[in-house]
Amino acid sequence: MLPDVIVVGAGIVGAAVAEALAVAGCRVRVLESAWPGSGSTGAAMGHLLVLDDSEAQWRLTRLSRDLWDARADQWGAALEWESCGTVWVAADGEELELARRRGAWFAERGVASELLDQVALRAAEPNLAAGLAGGLRVPGDSVIYPPAAVRLLLEGAVRHGATIAAGTPVKRAGGGWVELTNGDRLPAGAVIIAAGLATPELLATPVEGLALIPKKGHLAITDRYPGWLRHQLVELSYLKSAHGSAPSSVAFNVQPRATGQILIGSSRQLDTLDPTVEPATLSRMLARAATYLPRLETLTILRTWVGFRPATPDNLPLIGPVPGQPRLWLATGHEGIGVATALGTAALIRASVLGEAPPLDPTPYAVDRVVGWMAHA
Amino acid sequence: MTELSADVVVVGAGPAGLAAAVAAAEAGAHVILTDEQPAPGGQIWRQPWDAQPPAPSRELWRRAEHRGVRLLPETAVFGVQEARCLRAASPGGAVTIRAGAIVLATGALERMLPFPGWTLPGVFAAGGIQALAKSGLEVAGKRIVVAGSGPLLLAVAAFLKRQGAVVLGIFEQAEAMAVARFAGSLLLHPGKLRQAAALLGELTGIPGHHSAWPVRAEGTGWLERLTVRVGDQEQSFELDFLACSFGLVPVTGLAELLGCRVESGAVVVDRQQRTTVPAVFAAGEATGIGGVDSAVIEGAIAGAAAAGSMDPAPSLDRRRNREQAFARRLALAFRLRPELKALCEADTIVCRCEDVRFGALIRYGDAREARLATRCGMGPCQGRMCGPALNFLRGWPLPRPALPLIPVTARALVTDATDRTASATFFRES
Amino acid sequence: MPEMVRLVVDGLELQVPAGITVAAALLNRRLVARRSVGGEPRAPLCGMGSCFECRATVDGRPHTRTCMVRVRNGLDVRTDD
Repeated sequence: MLPDVIVVGAGIVGAAVAEALAVAGCRVRVLESAWPGSGSTGAAMGHLLVLDDSEAQWRLTRLSRDLWDARADQWGAALEWESCGTVWVAADGEELELARRRGAWFAERGVASELLDQVALRAAEPNLAAGLAGGLRVPGDSVIYPPAAVRLLLEGAVRHGATIAAGTPVKRAGGGWVELTNGDRLPAGAVIIAAGLATPELLATPVEGLALIPKKGHLAITDRYPGWLRHQLVELSYLKSAHGSAPSSVAFNVQPRATGQILIGSSRQLDTLDPTVEPATLSRMLARAATYLPRLETLTILRTWVGFRPATPDNLPLIGPVPGQPRLWLATGHEGIGVATALGTAALIRASVLGEAPPLDPTPYAVDRVVGWMAHA
Repeated sequence: MTELSADVVVVGAGPAGLAAAVAAAEAGAHVILTDEQPAPGGQIWRQPWDAQPPAPSRELWRRAEHRGVRLLPETAVFGVQEARCLRAASPGGAVTIRAGAIVLATGALERMLPFPGWTLPGVFAAGGIQALAKSGLEVAGKRIVVAGSGPLLLAVAAFLKRQGAVVLGIFEQAEAMAVARFAGSLLLHPGKLRQAAALLGELTGIPGHHSAWPVRAEGTGWLERLTVRVGDQEQSFELDFLACSFGLVPVTGLAELLGCRVESGAVVVDRQQRTTVPAVFAAGEATGIGGVDSAVIEGAIAGAAAAGSMDPAPSLDRRRNREQAFARRLALAFRLRPELKALCEADTIVCRCEDVRFGALIRYGDAREARLATRCGMGPCQGRMCGPALNFLRGWPLPRPALPLIPVTARALVTDATDRTASATFFRES
Repeated sequence: MPEMVRLVVDGLELQVPAGITVAAALLNRRLVARRSVGGEPRAPLCGMGSCFECRATVDGRPHTRTCMVRVRNGLDVRTDD
């Protein structure tokens, strides 16, 4: 007997979870406070890439990228899919060595990559600054347009009987039930909260230690310059630049979009909930990008915006059942890679809800690890 | 990096901005006046490419120059760096402008409503064809229909006729009765009445219609034929150009970026033209569509107040109140009729930048959702054209303004020289 | 007669009066400024720099609003924007 499912939140993660469970045969209801993709997803870049910060992150990004790739033929055009690959750009010899090691690590795990020397890097991406040491090209990475992904996933869910209730804010939820702000109480065999940063405040019974950290990010998009940029480019010192403990940092990350536009990131700010674009942060972010792509300064910026990434203290998402609260699952805390890891997350949730064998070891993402975060807070 | 400062910075050199600059300067303030166009005067006083500026602008500008107002032409304010500090794009690069006080005189845009064929070359905004003709577009001998709504249509038709165009007709969507009532109210404004009478005299011989609007433009690559609805009848014209817009919409983006309250599409101001943000004033069409007379009065009040003068002169105050009553009657007489919402068909393009058709939008309830899903309003015009249209068609709020208010180079958005230096030294350090 | 200048549009030389805008020069020859995203021909609409329908590549600068640029001798305009 398959449980009736309520998914709270229709961002990229909620949409993917809803689709997976609907396809599995569950009766799925999605409750979204505003409209699908209105939160972090609507502000996101949309990279499908593999990352090796940790073994757990590697496995989840790898699984998800494979799952996205399986849909490329069917969904590619609608997702504005660009098979552009990623080039991790090395500024100097030290970073090039990092690139070489990363490439070897990828190779051991069966993911193709190619080490680029100074000349090959310039040939691959002629607008990059002279003097960069090289880079690592990961041809299997792609970029997509996240709002389109949400729409397609939800359409898939609806085709399998799911219903989507937009403009339906949830007040709180517990094991097997959800209460709406209008007072309606909805029972369910399984409740999955995929509400990003709002997740902790929706829990009727708090999960001790659960903390999500909003990491504000700025993005800018250019007018159309077809052919100007060929790959997603990320600085290899990205971790140094972006994930450090500084309350505010910028790092170079640009994407070629299917429209010929160039999406420019990134910034990270820890101690703010200000939803407006900050000229000073934008300035630093663009200056950083122009260090790598000097002619970028001459391109026209059409729009800038900000979003908030739901981050966790250990940089891994929360995916799995809530201990001590049967029929309640979390799928949140994906920080800046919710799009990249949405399908893997959905596969893990599906296995957990239906009692199937998981596609990979779920332990690193388990909710019970938040107990250890108490000390952090 | 260029940095300028002034006691009073006036944004927009149309009637309100010029009047504000003059008033502030005559009160002793050091004034910077910015405008996107190469010459002061705004749209209404735009000078023909081959002639001198018309009198009002010249007189105000002469006084401004006399008082040392510094004009920054071809300068577009695109952002707010911090309180009372603006960023602008100019021919020489981006500039930072610090102000003791700011006067927003950002004017208005024409509201375009989509109808089948409105994207054909040869279809212009009503004020648009006038601006283009003053920039060198040849209209002599051209067959032109003027349509849409508002007094601007009459002014444009008269202008085109003076330039030698064959104006085939004026088609005003408002009802004859409403317009007649409005015309009657001009008795309260002798100056406006004289202008209106002169205008109507000029328009003798041009067929004028009320309760009339364009329904379809056709042509192969260029506009060739226009069908208009007049009451229950349709008429078709072979023509060269269509000049069409449906009233004016205040430009409030900079006000919103500064944090000023905007209600019903207009910047909220008090008797001294103060916005809700300290040291920020607004005047003219940005505070509500009231026409040039109103703009000049409000500008004078705002400029004096920004320069530290106390209450507005009682005579100005009285005149402004009269003008505001005029503005209310104007809005009432020319309010858009609901039938116009049916002009736009499912395959009519609404967003011209991204070619988004009306049918792709109607399934979305939320404006931002629709924009993200379809890219409507995300092109270079940033929703200036489709925003006011969708505000009327769907009741959607205008897109929320953000940095940059107009598209600018990435370089212009790098505001702190140390950011560039820090990045430049990055490779060496690491 | 006004002074004339030479404008180059898509490789074609045009003699146009000095002082007019590129947008007006294009319109007077019934030349469209750009093709839309969907391939439609487009020409200026607002004449004041707001609608961005008059964009063309001017002296190598893509996406330039031609209603904001006065003609100059030898100015190179490409309408493939």
